Amino acid sequence: MLLVRKFAKDVPAVFGFFVVVFAIFVALFAELLAPYPLDAYESHLLQRLQPPSWEFPFGTDNLGRDVFSRVILGTRSALIVACMVVALAMGIGVPLGLIAGYFGGWPSEAIMRVTDVFLAVPQLVLALALAQLLSPSLESAMLALTLTYWPFFTRIVYAETRRLKASLFVDALECIGARSARILVAHVLPNTASPIIVRATIGMGFTILTAAVLGFLGVGATPPEPDWGLSIAESRQYLPEAWWFSTFPGLAIFLAVLGFNLLGDGLRDIVDPRLRRSR
Amino acid sequence: MTTRPTRSVTPILDVRGLRVSISGDEGRAQVLDNIDLSIAPGRIVGVVGESGCGKSTVIRAVLRVLPRGAEIESGTIRFDGEDLLGLGEGEMARRIRGKAIGFIPQDPYLALNPVFRVGTQLLEIMRWHAADGDGESARRARSARKRHRERLVELLRVVQVPDPDRALERYPHQFSGGQRQRLLIAGALACEPRLVIADEPTTALDVTTQLEILKLLRSLSREYDVSMLFVTHDFGVVAQLCDEVNVIYAGQSVEAGDTVDILEAPRHPYTRALLACHPDHSDDLTGIPGAVPSPLTPPPGCRFHPRCEHARADCRDGRPTRVQLGDGHSVECVLYSETGEETAIG
Repeated sequence: MLLVRKFAKDVPAVFGFFVVVFAIFVALFAELLAPYPLDAYESHLLQRLQPPSWEFPFGTDNLGRDVFSRVILGTRSALIVACMVVALAMGIGVPLGLIAGYFGGWPSEAIMRVTDVFLAVPQLVLALALAQLLSPSLESAMLALTLTYWPFFTRIVYAETRRLKASLFVDALECIGARSARILVAHVLPNTASPIIVRATIGMGFTILTAAVLGFLGVGATPPEPDWGLSIAESRQYLPEAWWFSTFPGLAIFLAVLGFNLLGDGLRDIVDPRLRRSR
Repeated sequence: MTTRPTRSVTPILDVRGLRVSISGDEGRAQVLDNIDLSIAPGRIVGVVGESGCGKSTVIRAVLRVLPRGAEIESGTIRFDGEDLLGLGEGEMARRIRGKAIGFIPQDPYLALNPVFRVGTQLLEIMRWHAADGDGESARRARSARKRHRERLVELLRVVQVPDPDRALERYPHQFSGGQRQRLLIAGALACEPRLVIADEPTTALDVTTQLEILKLLRSLSREYDVSMLFVTHDFGVVAQLCDEVNVIYAGQSVEAGDTVDILEAPRHPYTRALLACHPDHSDDLTGIPGAVPSPLTPPPGCRFHPRCEHARADCRDGRPTRVQLGDGHSVECVLYSETGEETAIG
């Protein structure tokens, strides 16, 4: 309860929290909220590139589709991609970090050096190269993002595990007959939960952004998916006349990423008050 | 301490000629050199020495949780007649650690996992030790959990944790240091051990709490008929708790015997120096010059001679032979001839 009160005082974090809740709500009820849910795939060439109006709040795009509906429908795919990528990256990164941190020796060295290599190259560049290598599709973009995001989890879990391994309660557990697997899963892992949650929250925002960039560069979602990044890519040649076409998907990306990052930073302040706000 | 069990009884713990070395980047260090230690049933034996002299390594060797690179070179460790060094790792974890040998860790502030309730952690120890051996069904598991909980509540009452039922639902940070140490003692006794090993369990506590905990340990040892191996650097603690004491310096046992004998007539210069450092046993507080030598480069002969005020030329010549002074009191110092007479110190 104390933590909730502390969190409530953190205005940016609360703002981020509501943005995230709002995004999840929109994603869950996208079909009901979108005025023209079929506009994801249907085109109406007679009403193309109309400015915002009561009928089309965000205007229409080059194929006459309602931008408002497509932004709403795009929320769902953006969140699904982010959740999947973060979950898979956690699934790979967390166990590797635990193993590397706890057992040491050459397996640990091997895992951490591979992690270093991944972290040395900017994630976007690596993901771009990977996605390009696979056939361009939303699935390959997700795979590329996963394969480039897990080292972030490995790093933090490794550091936490190393710290906990030296702690007295792990030592005491060894002395009273707990096996390594039990210590790792039942005692070390729960202690690393908070940094993992913080990293995952920030990672959601980050992944939405990177996924949009991949979509924009044509190695992510494929037309006619209502993807934010893809929409901006399609809108480029109609700028500056059809400003609404690119502005609203862009704002959606901006708001979602901002929301997740503010929430993540707020969570971090609670979990680890020593660290000051970053980025 | 008037009745002394006869020496022929099988000791609970019998360590003979234990040698442990640690190999690291800087070479090989002999951290324990020929340690003998014997605990008769129901007795409390203290292991005393300065920091870094190998006290904790004794515990770790007995429980076989030595740090990376450490190796038991030779010696035997018998627990209740059974050779512990011959047991596999799985069997050590299942039957010995935490079950037949209870363990009380050093710092109660850090020895509990901060993210779980106290009851969860203590019951976990009991559950995993009980689950081994018999394949348990869900129903039996439930009745076992109930039984474990009852035993734990009873134990918490014995170790004087107020309101035991509610205490199990609380988190470690909600207890004071003394209370946490009581919880850990209850945890050490949970699986009905025959021996409890304590690693400086009172060092992190303030003096009044320390005294209460020592009294508690003493009465528990009698009540539950458990022997105790008690590691400390504090002779005051030994005086209050232990029946016998074994003084260790730089990985070697220098003097051993009944606590009363050693407190009244310490023989080895190191024991005397340690006692002289303790405000209860000395009027003028004198330190011991120098520091414990690095186990990488131990001095030749008696390892204490560079710091010893009685050092002679022959101290360097080799490790002194063990001299039996009678009544279980033994010392390792060139100052004592085979007759047990002091030749140099008045």
